[in-house]
Amino acid sequence: MSEIDLTLLANKQTALPSLHRQFLEPRAMKSGFLTALTWTIAALGSIPLFSVIYMLIIQGGARLDFEALTALPPAGFEDGGGFGNALVGTLVMVGIGGVISIPVGILAAVYLAVLGPHSKLAKTARFVAKTLTGFPSILAGVFTYAILVITFGYSALAGGVSLAVLMLPTVVLAAEEAMRQVPQKMTDAAYGMGCTRTQVILKVVLPTALPGILTGVMLAVAGAAGESAPLLFTALFSNYYISELMEPTASLSILIYNFSAMPFDNQIELAWAASLVLVLIVLVFNILARLLGRPKY
Amino acid sequence: MNAMPEAIASDAAVFSPAGDVVIDCNLSKVFYGDFLAVRNSSVPIEKGKITGFIGPSGCGKSTVLRSLNRMNDLIPIFRFEGHVKYHGQDIYGKKVDPVVVRRYIGMVFQQPNPFSMSIYDNVAFGLRLNRFKGDMDERVQRALERAAIWKEVKDKLKNSGLSLSGGQQQRLCIARAIATEPDVLLMDEPCSALDPIATRQIEELMLELKESYTVALVTHNMQQATRVADTTAFFGVDISQGGRTGYLVEMGVTRQIFEDPQEELTKQYVAGEFS
Ligand SMILES: Nc1ncnc2c1ncn2[C@@H]1O[C@H](COP(=O)(O)OP(=O)(O)OP(=O)(O)O)[C@@H](O)[C@H]1O
Ligand SMILES: [Mg+2]
Repeated sequence: MSEIDLTLLANKQTALPSLHRQFLEPRAMKSGFLTALTWTIAALGSIPLFSVIYMLIIQGGARLDFEALTALPPAGFEDGGGFGNALVGTLVMVGIGGVISIPVGILAAVYLAVLGPHSKLAKTARFVAKTLTGFPSILAGVFTYAILVITFGYSALAGGVSLAVLMLPTVVLAAEEAMRQVPQKMTDAAYGMGCTRTQVILKVVLPTALPGILTGVMLAVAGAAGESAPLLFTALFSNYYISELMEPTASLSILIYNFSAMPFDNQIELAWAASLVLVLIVLVFNILARLLGRPKY
Repeated sequence: MNAMPEAIASDAAVFSPAGDVVIDCNLSKVFYGDFLAVRNSSVPIEKGKITGFIGPSGCGKSTVLRSLNRMNDLIPIFRFEGHVKYHGQDIYGKKVDPVVVRRYIGMVFQQPNPFSMSIYDNVAFGLRLNRFKGDMDERVQRALERAAIWKEVKDKLKNSGLSLSGGQQQRLCIARAIATEPDVLLMDEPCSALDPIATRQIEELMLELKESYTVALVTHNMQQATRVADTTAFFGVDISQGGRTGYLVEMGVTRQIFEDPQEELTKQYVAGEFS
């Protein structure tokens, strides 16, 4: 009896499939080849990215000091100087853009996601917002030029408005998407507790969607900070610190554009340093987006 | 509506409970768009009792339950003929605010649906909504205790409600629903995500709740109906008109429904002959 059992077991063991990895099998070879290919392409793709960052740090880092961050731009053959006014101008105009586009964008998204997702208005607005995300940014400048600059002249306000035009679709679409992700069973629960529609939106939909909304907002802000084309038509440039919103205002992106084309080493160095600062601003906003975008619960 | 089959015509026999009726629900037709989902169902919910709803899947148990606190209003294609009266007031009356109705008639859903907030905030949600001024911590603790989940969560009240297991989430939702002490609690298969031990705890909770509240309970579990329901409503599906329309086949004291059903369909269902 026991002998028979043993032979059975032995038979079974020889019949067991091998679970070891077979490198020369066609499937494994194909997989290995494709993995190597994607690695190579990914490495090639990141060469430009890393070289830009490398150049910025090497070229821009040298001039990045307190003077560069605070001083006014130098004239022709002058030494030293900086881009303090441009840094402040960029922050002010991005701030104006945010103050306009964030509340409007979130409210529009509430309509699109909760109040009337299937209405004609919502379908049109959604289509327009999607089209606008691919909109050439210079057109936002031309648009603002037509509605504001012709009557009121170049100003920080006009610059902020043109950035708001660019930020709005990103904020709307990201916020709508985040609100749509809130499961219906959660809003059902809120209605079941006796919430009005406003309470459902304020107490359940917005808080639950907040991380996603913030991610969209931060991406919009980061994008706007680097824009130069719309500002050319709206804020122009200034050699002085901003003192009121209705005057031409400097920005980092325009300063980089101006200085990089100048035949003076000092200006070119400052353009590099300003580029590094701009990249750092975008980086900070992206990191903030990640931190704030992490769901709390 | 002509020539209805015999068995269906006789379901007009309306159950009239001995005690006070909190919700007098009489649905002659319930539609989702053009689809007639439920017809001829008169389901009185008796005060201080547990009324169980049983019947095959798709027979309209949830539909009837959700019409008791106007949750169906959220479905745009929902429409009904008949009336639902809460303490004599028509809850679908022109001047009635569905939001107020739902504060008196609370609900626990088939799927656990905690908010993405802390466990504490989930339970405190309804209390805050009603501007509760008393000892919030104490009310939250009591609700969690009654929902048989306090011991498991007392050290992590700040954690997300979504971090709990499915069964724990459901008990959290029950705690959330009873924290505001609604007059009537509607429960749609509240135990379908629970293990037998948690199920027994919830059943004990229901039995305790009915001392002060009225409960309407949808369940697929017939043992559960016999264990907790005082009155049982059995719904069936009528496919004679081409569609799948649910209707109340028989309603009565639970014991009678299970031991001495008057209808052939009920007899087959409680004997487990069809599902
Ligand atoms: N939102 C809706 N829109 C359209 N039809 C619906 C909707 N909800 C339910 N129905 C239909 O109404 C009928 C009754 O559904 P209901 O959910 O009330 O059944 P049930 O008895 O609760 O079933 P179960 O036991 O599976 O939960 C079904 O035919 C279903 O398809
Ligand atoms: Mg159901």
